[in-house]
Amino acid sequence: MKFTEEHEWLRVEDDLVVVGITEHAAAQLGDVVFIELPDEGITVTKDEEVCVIESVKAASDILAPLDGEIVEVNTALVDDPSKVNEDAIGDAWFFKMKIDDLSVLDDFMDEAEYKALVG
Amino acid sequence: MTDLLRTALYDFHIANGGKMVPFAGYDMPVQYPLGVMKEHLHTRSSAGLFDVSHMGQVALTSSQGLEAVMLALETLVPVSVAGLKADRQRYGIFTNDDGGILDDLMIANTGDHLFLVVNAACKAQDIAHLRANLPDHVTVTEITDRALLALQGPKAEAALARIVPHVTSMRFMDSHRVSVDGAQWWISRSGYTGEDGFEISIPAEIAENVATQLVAMDEVELIGLGARDSLRLEAGLCLYGHDIDATTSPVEGNIAWAIQGIRRKGGAREGGFPGAARILAELEKGADKLRVGLLPQGRAPMREGTPLFATAESTDQIGAVTSGGFGPSVAGPIAMGYLPIDFAADGVEIFAELRGKRLPVTVAPMPFRPSTYKR
Repeated sequence: MKFTEEHEWLRVEDDLVVVGITEHAAAQLGDVVFIELPDEGITVTKDEEVCVIESVKAASDILAPLDGEIVEVNTALVDDPSKVNEDAIGDAWFFKMKIDDLSVLDDFMDEAEYKALVG
Repeated sequence: MTDLLRTALYDFHIANGGKMVPFAGYDMPVQYPLGVMKEHLHTRSSAGLFDVSHMGQVALTSSQGLEAVMLALETLVPVSVAGLKADRQRYGIFTNDDGGILDDLMIANTGDHLFLVVNAACKAQDIAHLRANLPDHVTVTEITDRALLALQGPKAEAALARIVPHVTSMRFMDSHRVSVDGAQWWISRSGYTGEDGFEISIPAEIAENVATQLVAMDEVELIGLGARDSLRLEAGLCLYGHDIDATTSPVEGNIAWAIQGIRRKGGAREGGFPGAARILAELEKGADKLRVGLLPQGRAPMREGTPLFATAESTDQIGAVTSGGFGPSVAGPIAMGYLPIDFAADGVEIFAELRGKRLPVTVAPMPFRPSTYKR
């Protein structure tokens, strides 16, 4: 699993990049009450706002970590946003992306580097 | 950054895992480890303990007696103060010459003098306003050696009665002074959550001991400012500086109920408060806009500042959200805001613009969840 400075995790499954937010990010947000996901099939560019995530405290965005196509979104999160607090790195994935070259993932932080970042 | 003030319970908050944030010049707990959602729901189902010691506690006394203080305060608030019986309190507002609201407050008649509780962010201004405008026979004393706790929720009475059995005899808006182990407790049966409960003024030096006793009870959890805000929003209660301010009149703010008939046109003590001309006229004819409850039809929370429109296409903004978020007990988004009077009727559909999209919102009655005061 890889990590971004925006507190997202990236995991490769069946040649797709699965994206979610870290437990650290979920804890900082507090109880998540609303999630808006992108449309499946859209093409996104890195750092484009693709999801809205709102907690009892505030609204924030999830940015696309890479250029690519959103091929699948986790609609179960829309029905039960609290999954993000319960299982941030498991059930609570946000979307799956198809990207041209999976080797770009090597540029992201590994778990040890991410843990060092968040202390 | 200026130094933040601390309440008598600061160390207690830290010891209990409070996440501290600046609020009205104080370092206050926004939440505890339970989190905003669970703290909110716990208050609704059991009992929540809040530190509200940042709020201003003020005594008004007079060399000419209680009646004179009451009539003096009526020159600054449009409510019936002289009609307030001993050991009772009521909600009030300070108005300005334009008929706007300077602050909202609680006014209690102790039988000897008046005891006020005012908002933290406004207290310096309120005290200056009282000193500048009340007659010389009135003494304004800010009480700084007492903490203020709120214990709210359906099990608040049972919990507090273990320490102060007297509270079972109190009803909504009673304000009693009770001696407990030699300390004077000033207790009112009131709050800011829509729940039955109490606000408790106690000497600062016993605050930590009292809070420790209360949270040791199974029913009681500590509740931060985050849940305090979602609880009051569900209860349809105004937050000063957001839902009402110096530009909104009490009629526009939909708190005209706080102005008793005796202060209105034709009443025995009609007018005689700042902004009376505008406020009395609006009480008769209505205002051009009104604070209303708003229920977003989808799941997206609509926060303060969200613009409101008559239709999905119209370009002229008709109002804005003044408070909004997620209501844990309603299990959905709720908000309040101002709308022109033509739109301010329950069931009217309007639109909010959120992230560039127009989303339907229904004007709805408040409170969003029925209040459970023990009247």
